[in-house]
Amino acid sequence: MSLLKVEGMTHYFGGLRAVYNYNLEIEMGQIRGLIGPNGAGKTTIFNLITGMYRPTSGRIVFDGQDIVGLPPHRIAARGIGRTFQNMMLWRHMTVLEHVKLAHYSRIDYGLVGAFLGTPRRHRQEAEIEERSYELLRMMGVDRFAQKVITELPYGAQRRVEIARALATQPKLLLLDEPTAGMNPEEMIEMVDTIRRIHGVLGMAIFLIEHRMRVVMDLCETIQTLNFGEVIAEGTPDEIRNNPVVIEAYLGKEVVT
Amino acid sequence: MAYLLQHVVNALQWGSFYALIALGYSMVYSVLMLFNFAHGDIFMVGAYIGLFVATGLLALGSAGAVALPNWAVLVLTLILAMALTSVVGMLVERVGYRPLRRAPRASAALTGLMIGITFETLNLALLGAKRRSFPALIETTSYQVAGVSITNTKIMIVVISLLLMLALDQFVRRTKWGMAMRAMAVDIFVVPLMGVPINTMAALTFALGSGLAAVAGVFFGQAYPVLEPYMGMLVGWKAFVAAILGGRGSVLGAALAGFLLGFIEIFVAVVFPSTLRDLIAYSVILLILTFRPYGFFGEPYSARLRL
Repeated sequence: MSLLKVEGMTHYFGGLRAVYNYNLEIEMGQIRGLIGPNGAGKTTIFNLITGMYRPTSGRIVFDGQDIVGLPPHRIAARGIGRTFQNMMLWRHMTVLEHVKLAHYSRIDYGLVGAFLGTPRRHRQEAEIEERSYELLRMMGVDRFAQKVITELPYGAQRRVEIARALATQPKLLLLDEPTAGMNPEEMIEMVDTIRRIHGVLGMAIFLIEHRMRVVMDLCETIQTLNFGEVIAEGTPDEIRNNPVVIEAYLGKEVVT
Repeated sequence: MAYLLQHVVNALQWGSFYALIALGYSMVYSVLMLFNFAHGDIFMVGAYIGLFVATGLLALGSAGAVALPNWAVLVLTLILAMALTSVVGMLVERVGYRPLRRAPRASAALTGLMIGITFETLNLALLGAKRRSFPALIETTSYQVAGVSITNTKIMIVVISLLLMLALDQFVRRTKWGMAMRAMAVDIFVVPLMGVPINTMAALTFALGSGLAAVAGVFFGQAYPVLEPYMGMLVGWKAFVAAILGGRGSVLGAALAGFLLGFIEIFVAVVFPSTLRDLIAYSVILLILTFRPYGFFGEPYSARLRL
């Protein structure tokens, strides 16, 4: 049984068709990619899977259960974590707090614990802090733990965002352009990091990317989206040479 | 000197009322990005709930059922008024604002004003157009300190208000709910993806704000024991001014600005005829806002994403 199965998902924004008859199947531990020109509907697909939008029609089955219509926090708690293209971080909050808050559903000491400092609070706080540090270390940003997020360089902020997503203990991690805005060197480091966390934690990853290098390097199979529809699906090599894909990206060649 | 100190004590008391109410405006604004314009009337509802709880408990006592000492009546009144007013606040959020979460902010503002009017007119319809007096729950004793007379009521009001503000500050810093509220203050788009139920958080924010307003209501009843259906309007708007002055969404700012407002009002009346008090006090605030339009701790531009 696959971890995530999306069947015939269609989504309209008013009269605008954003996603049409979308299908996807991801097995445990797989890395899959989603590419396509700007405005093709890639991020919309992420928003649909994570419950931020409710699809107009179609089914989304995650881990054996239909998750359409569940509120986003329940879907997150079931094991889907994600990052954003434009990094939705909480300025004013420290790096450590970002990762700690992502443990929200696992914190169960209440008011009394928080105010009086019961042993349970101390134990849980210590556990969560240790786990948070471990994730930050894995992403190579543990030295910034006590800093306010906005003081970090851009690349480090991206890494914190991934650490925060990992803290929800996802079985499926959705990465929305993890290397956006990075220089080639940082990009290679990020690819290495993604491969490493995948190796250690073993979750499935579904990623949106604009840079072919990244998807080609990481993904077993790739879907290409254009105007909300999948126009090609296959291994990196198949996709690279697919004339339909090339046309979607570069436009039709005019033969004169 | 003693004359001035006397006014400081009064300013602190008024500042406590403003600060407690302003905190409710600010918290709701920071978490949900809306001004709950019914908040002044929630303060009124809190005062009335306190009135009924207190008179009920006192009646029980005089009927010989359970005679509680007056301080216990006061404590119970505070706790029950907070709890019940919190429920009112959560209902306002659930019925009035939640359906409008994605609607233009103007709709939410109008809804708030209408909920406020509904509370005022409901009060009129149910209780009649008369003033009610809040029973004094602690016997007033005056202490003379360096020529200044301080009543125990004033001390209690200021001290408990400050303690509650401190507790709120700790709540926001130390609990997971507080952490979630701070994150929601930046944007409420990603917070649910971290497993945080935002509807629960919205209800909690309203509950906290309304609870503090109820405390202000009960204390107001102790200091100025006459309640009437429109009592929340002027005090509520002034507290709203404090919330703006503190900086939209800033909890610390709201508390400080609440006290500042108390000081400005009282000391303007020291120098000028008291009929000109509000005119001059609010002109001063207008002037401050001219130079600092986003308040003490607000951010110049809030380009926050809304859900």
